[in-house]
Amino acid sequence: MSNTEVTTIEELANREYKYGFVSDIEAEAFTKGLNEEVVRKLSKIKDEPEWLMEWRLKAYRHWLTMEEPHWSNVHYNKIDYQDIIYYSAPKKKPKLNSLDEVDPEMLDTFKRLGISLDEQKRLSNVAVDAVFDSVSVATTFKETLAELGIIFCSFSEAVKNHPDLVKQYLGTVVPSTDNFFAALNSAVFSDGSFAYIPKGVRCPMELSTYFRINAASTGQFERTLLIADEGAYVSYLEGCTAPMRDENQLHAAVVELITLDNAQIKYSTVQNWYAGDKEGRGGIFNFVTKRGHCRGVHSKISWTQVETGSAITWKYPSCILQGDNSTGEFYSVAVTNNMQQADTGTKMIHLGKNTRSTIISKGISAGKSNNSYRGQVKISKKAENARNYSQCDSLLIGDKCGAHTFPYLEINNPSAKVEHEATTSKIGEDQIFYLNQRGIKTEDAINLIVNGYCKEVFKELPMEFAVEAQKLLSISLEGSVG
Amino acid sequence: MLLEIKDLHASIEGKEILKGINLSVNEGEIHAIMGPNGSGKSTLAQVLAGREEYIVTKGEVFFKGKNLLTLAPEDRAREGIFLAFQYPVEIPGVSNTNMLKTAVNEIRKYRGEEEYDAMEFLQMIKSKMKLVELEQALLSRAVNEGYSGGEKKRNEIFQMAVLEPKLAILDETDSGLDIDALRIVANGVNMLKSPDNATILVTHYQRLLNYIVPDFVHVLYKGRIVKSGGKELALELEEKGYDFIKDDSGVLV
Ligand SMILES: Nc1ncnc2c1ncn2[C@@H]1O[C@H](COP(=O)(O)OP(=O)(O)OP(=O)(O)O)[C@@H](O)[C@H]1O
Ligand SMILES: [Mg+2]
Repeated sequence: MSNTEVTTIEELANREYKYGFVSDIEAEAFTKGLNEEVVRKLSKIKDEPEWLMEWRLKAYRHWLTMEEPHWSNVHYNKIDYQDIIYYSAPKKKPKLNSLDEVDPEMLDTFKRLGISLDEQKRLSNVAVDAVFDSVSVATTFKETLAELGIIFCSFSEAVKNHPDLVKQYLGTVVPSTDNFFAALNSAVFSDGSFAYIPKGVRCPMELSTYFRINAASTGQFERTLLIADEGAYVSYLEGCTAPMRDENQLHAAVVELITLDNAQIKYSTVQNWYAGDKEGRGGIFNFVTKRGHCRGVHSKISWTQVETGSAITWKYPSCILQGDNSTGEFYSVAVTNNMQQADTGTKMIHLGKNTRSTIISKGISAGKSNNSYRGQVKISKKAENARNYSQCDSLLIGDKCGAHTFPYLEINNPSAKVEHEATTSKIGEDQIFYLNQRGIKTEDAINLIVNGYCKEVFKELPMEFAVEAQKLLSISLEGSVG
Repeated sequence: MLLEIKDLHASIEGKEILKGINLSVNEGEIHAIMGPNGSGKSTLAQVLAGREEYIVTKGEVFFKGKNLLTLAPEDRAREGIFLAFQYPVEIPGVSNTNMLKTAVNEIRKYRGEEEYDAMEFLQMIKSKMKLVELEQALLSRAVNEGYSGGEKKRNEIFQMAVLEPKLAILDETDSGLDIDALRIVANGVNMLKSPDNATILVTHYQRLLNYIVPDFVHVLYKGRIVKSGGKELALELEEKGYDFIKDDSGVLV
């Protein structure tokens, strides 16, 4: 044996998931299980209008006829949908307009997560809607936004205060029957965020929702609906964490984005749900349907995601490019380590003329993880002069992990120009040694390489988020090489 | 004494490559190591830098009086050992500047010095670039990616100039250089020479030694230093080839 004590890459310590604590907050929860009664009860508790309860029931009945899909490149034990709690809310019902009435334990929770709900103390220009288990607990900067006619509130509030908008747009991008998990969400979604940016308004601050799963055995089914009316612009951020638990918890969200003529939505996600332990016990199943609809001409939707958490990530933020000259973008960094699995990518559906789409995907796999990119580019018959550029890069750290790329192309108009590039590379021992020799320790060497690799995506993120994303990336890759 | 190697044995994949190296290097000295292909020159360089694949089976190495073999590769670098690689590694996505800024600041931190801010750092590397006549464009490019062979070698010397090591080990930095580049590299090494640092040059060619005059020349053969002498030994080798060493030392092929 060597008498040197050099740190081998394998020896790097595995830091604990920093957000893995459980908050002791009294919750009001349903018993486990799902049936029509649960759906009705949920709708009643939320004091919803009749049409919404009917909408939920229709989704539920359709869901019963559907099979859980298994076409993705991920593997997990069967989910028992009767073993999940479909509603959990903090007991002290927080008055949504006043932070003073929010349970101090909960404020503390968000503080530990690095999210200040206290408007006075906030330095950054971000309005936050915080969703704790099933309900939204606080939305900041509401008044400032209201002066511009911007509506930013929890989904439940939107149902109460802006029912016409909700009714007009809900389910128009992701129908309640779209897929198994979207149907489930439509039946039992508990809360989420809603934003409407009126004509010609450029939202002056980042809108942000922070999702936190706290209670055990609880599924989180939130729904986000963002509408940018003609000429409007909004940048929206989404962050998520959950405690460390041995069981898997289901997160099946639906996000719908709508842009009318000349409008733009920039949607950024930093997903850091608990990933499970090294052996693959526990962690969040992140089965999410995200879709944007460029309804108007010259409108634009950009998805940027940094996915570092979850035991399984299964999602394809997509764009339907219906308006002529509309643009869809997808920038993604997906990191998997240990036993994590990710099957993620996008769909760009070109319907209008001169529509453009760009896909930049960076998959990073370490440990024994599996990372798949799955992307569809569809150019319909009427989409004259459509353009797509896709670049899908995979980076392997160590030799026990896997990377896969599944591009699907469907081109029905000969004027289309579609380019696809894909690369696979590996961080080699010789690269790490080279950097070690320059005085840089292995952990930092990997971060340097990975951050360089993800530069193109990080530059799409708002500043504060980019910094957080880099930090998360380095934490999730710790102890990654073996 | 800066570096002291005592009876160093090292193997890779069960095969012994270094079979008892003894070498002492003082501050202010330049040592040249020559020897036929496969004799173990790069192995020695890599073992000193801490490459884990090579297993030290026997012997000791002291650097500034410290037991070098117990230090991690990055700590050896921070203590002042620099290796100019025979085959510099490409690191896509990481710019030369970014890598060097991280490196310099890690080393400064280790030494208890204040880290450079962006301005100070840029000023510092500008002066070093002049020293090795490195083009600005190479700075922002990814480390060694797509560099020509000569550019890679020059980049190694540039990094050496920035990191200001106590002991620089240049593994065939002269190979593959055109005559101008050779002069530039040699100039760089000479200008960085000081009474408190030392250089080990691994080379096959006496021509480098026209530019950088060594205090000692050693011949490494089959994992041992079989002959040491002054700069005239290099000339003798060039003239007679390695055969005369074999006879001289009694080691037979
Ligand atoms: N990874 C390895 N696996 C097996 N053998 C190795 C490995 N690395 C080096 N060797 C062997 O060790 C011996 C010494 O190699 P080394 O690279 O140190 O020689 P060198 O003196 O630097 O040669 P050159 O002048 O060609 O650069 C060679 O026989 C080489 O094949
Ligand atoms: Mg060599």
